[in-house]
Amino acid sequence: MSTTEHTTEEGRAGFLAIELDGAGWDGGDFASLAEAVLAAESAGFHAATFADAPVPGRTNALQRAAYAGPVTRSIALVPEVDTVHTEPFHVSTQLASLDYVSGGRAGWIATAAESSEAAAAVGRSSVTGAALAQEAAASIEVSRRLWDSWEDDAVIRDVATGRYIDVDKLHYADFETPADFAGAGYSVKGPSIIPRPLQGQLPVLAAASLVGEGQVPADGVDAVLVTAPTPELLAAEIRDVRRRLGASVAVIAELEVVLDSRGQAAVERLAGSGSAADGGRARYAGTAAGLADLLESLLVEADGVRLHPASLALELDELSRLVLPELRRRGALRAPVLDGTFRDLLGLTRPASRYADSSAAIAAGN
Amino acid sequence: MTQHNRAKSDVFVPTGKLQFGVFFQGVNSGTIWKAAESGSQTDFESFRRIAQTAERGLFAAFFLGEGLRLREHLGRPHALDVVGRPDAQTMLAALASVTTNIGLVATQNTTYNDPADLAHRLASLDLISGGRAAWNIVTTDNAWTGANFRRGGYLDHADRYRHAEAFVETAKRIWDSWETAEGPARRVLHEGQHYTVDVTPRLPRSAQYRPVLFQAGDSPEGRDFAARQADVIFSAHPKFDAAVEFRKDLVARSLAAGRGANAVQIMPASEFILAPTAEEAAAKKEWVRGLQIGPQQAVAYLEQFWGRELSEYDPDGPLPEIDPVVEETSETRGSGFHGAKARQLADQWRAEAKDKGLSIRQFVTSRTARVDATFTGSYSAVADQLAEFARVGAVDGFNISPWLVPSGLDDIVNHLVPELQERGVYPTEYRGSTLRENLGLETPVRTADETAEAVRAS
Repeated sequence: MSTTEHTTEEGRAGFLAIELDGAGWDGGDFASLAEAVLAAESAGFHAATFADAPVPGRTNALQRAAYAGPVTRSIALVPEVDTVHTEPFHVSTQLASLDYVSGGRAGWIATAAESSEAAAAVGRSSVTGAALAQEAAASIEVSRRLWDSWEDDAVIRDVATGRYIDVDKLHYADFETPADFAGAGYSVKGPSIIPRPLQGQLPVLAAASLVGEGQVPADGVDAVLVTAPTPELLAAEIRDVRRRLGASVAVIAELEVVLDSRGQAAVERLAGSGSAADGGRARYAGTAAGLADLLESLLVEADGVRLHPASLALELDELSRLVLPELRRRGALRAPVLDGTFRDLLGLTRPASRYADSSAAIAAGN
Repeated sequence: MTQHNRAKSDVFVPTGKLQFGVFFQGVNSGTIWKAAESGSQTDFESFRRIAQTAERGLFAAFFLGEGLRLREHLGRPHALDVVGRPDAQTMLAALASVTTNIGLVATQNTTYNDPADLAHRLASLDLISGGRAAWNIVTTDNAWTGANFRRGGYLDHADRYRHAEAFVETAKRIWDSWETAEGPARRVLHEGQHYTVDVTPRLPRSAQYRPVLFQAGDSPEGRDFAARQADVIFSAHPKFDAAVEFRKDLVARSLAAGRGANAVQIMPASEFILAPTAEEAAAKKEWVRGLQIGPQQAVAYLEQFWGRELSEYDPDGPLPEIDPVVEETSETRGSGFHGAKARQLADQWRAEAKDKGLSIRQFVTSRTARVDATFTGSYSAVADQLAEFARVGAVDGFNISPWLVPSGLDDIVNHLVPELQERGVYPTEYRGSTLRENLGLETPVRTADETAEAVRAS
């Protein structure tokens, strides 16, 4: 792609993410984890996501993303991490650490598990309804405050004064759950145990259904994942979400894909697997050319599309040979940036710490 | 089989070998940050370099500490030492992809983690790394640390090992619950004073069955806990006589706990200052100590016990004649500082410093530098010294804290390891691909009856 084309197409060039833990992933073959993420990266995917729903045999999503960090160069690594049955302080430092091991390519799909099993495992009663979004909102706010709790230039290594850090640039997070918090309220003091993440703030993603008034506030997330029952309904749903949440939130459409592969038609493969679409997620089944057309049209509406392949190995093969090259040829895809950050991909600038310039540095004797 | 018999034996049998671990400390005064060669404490490259150097030197394990709350000094974060470290398991998962044999040890607290969640994450790290994960079990109880966590402070100091033991038993049951390679898992229930767990584990056994367990407590309760539960104790006794005593003590405790005399390995924390000759090593030590304990750090060390600012005192002058303003020291600089009787200490220290003619800086250096834990000398002299540890089985190896990041293992791997190999006391290759194999530990298969018995006992 020439520079000129890139510039003219940039306005509508989108990105593609791929879910690495779909139906086709057995989760147990770890040599394949590195292979899979490298295959996705070399195919030109901009982001890989890692599921954390409790499936037997499935390892921790954030650890899988961390494992992928040092072996990749450009692909964003975005694990799901639950907000309801986890410690917000640990979640924050784990995600900040993921940002360090991936060179600033980390993101977070914040989920709120409605699961009596997950609650029983940690000895708590199960969380349902509006309380789920409250848990998510609180955990996201804790992470965001802790990520900012070290200003960028807090590590000074000033030999003359003997100071490794400038204490004025460290801040207590002093988070308290709100008065109407339905679950057991808690507080988090801070500061974080790790300096500010490379990106300053990791991009936070969540299902669009979890975000909005009375839920996770729109300014708590950087992007939402939008679901519709069919590909035809996705465009309308995306416009709806944009109207509801405003322009500051990027929109990523969710699409399951089953492609004609190795002489077998997608519909036959579907019939063979007997699997139904997951949670009302739109599914495309057909030729690679048809998928390229669909993605091109979706990327006009959405900032990005996340693909859920029926079989990671089979779909990735078709996608890398036929679909992504075609989309690049049409100028529908952003060029992946070597050593770029996930924020760069989302078009987000690196924010200053919320505590920079504030006089709220930790006072002596506090 | 040999290993198995050795572990069950009633008589301690030295292996005649040593193994090394490396502790990337992250928060401490032992890591020099003021030198030109001091690298980043957070960049992945620093961790990769240390881990890969250690692997080149056939180290058994790479250790990381756990951060729960930043240490404070007189009410503000402590500014003078290296601080700021990654989450241990996240960093170790990343290192798993750029290393192949070295064990990956995460220090994790039993108080501010949930047993089912922590057991799952450790099992996950164990699978991702192909059977190289270990858990260094630590306990904390103070409410000050709890301020970062949902439950806050909830544990009495006296309860911490009882709590930790129930926690570890629950974790072991979770790891033991996946009976066959295909599963399914047994449901694990625990209802205790401090938490309730009801979980059907999701992960199968790893190539080393389950994570290896390290333990670092040194109190009598801590030692008994290690004797019952741990595979390796990360001890505080690296000097020869103390190490021999510690071995005897731990063997007795292991036998009392119904385990073999060789069941628990010992790896003391240690520091190495090496050079081609003894004279060069001594000069290097001077340089290291001067950078570890600078003038500000020396004064701050006393301030922690005095509970007040002492910046008007000359670090090269005598200890302050004024008395501490606190009764007891607080936990905000780490548990090692906690609960000392401040005035009594101040009197004792002033007398000692006066007696020995030490300035503030000299006195603090003598207390904080790892006086007991440092091996200083020529490569060959230190290798001779270590060979003697191996011969009598005083320790199973050393857990080395490098004083420089990321180049701090270079001397050890390039010069000390070959000397030890020549003396036949250090491995010349990795025995296998799992940590358990490389440490020579037996596989801890437990029957359902043994598990039930252990649960009743805890």
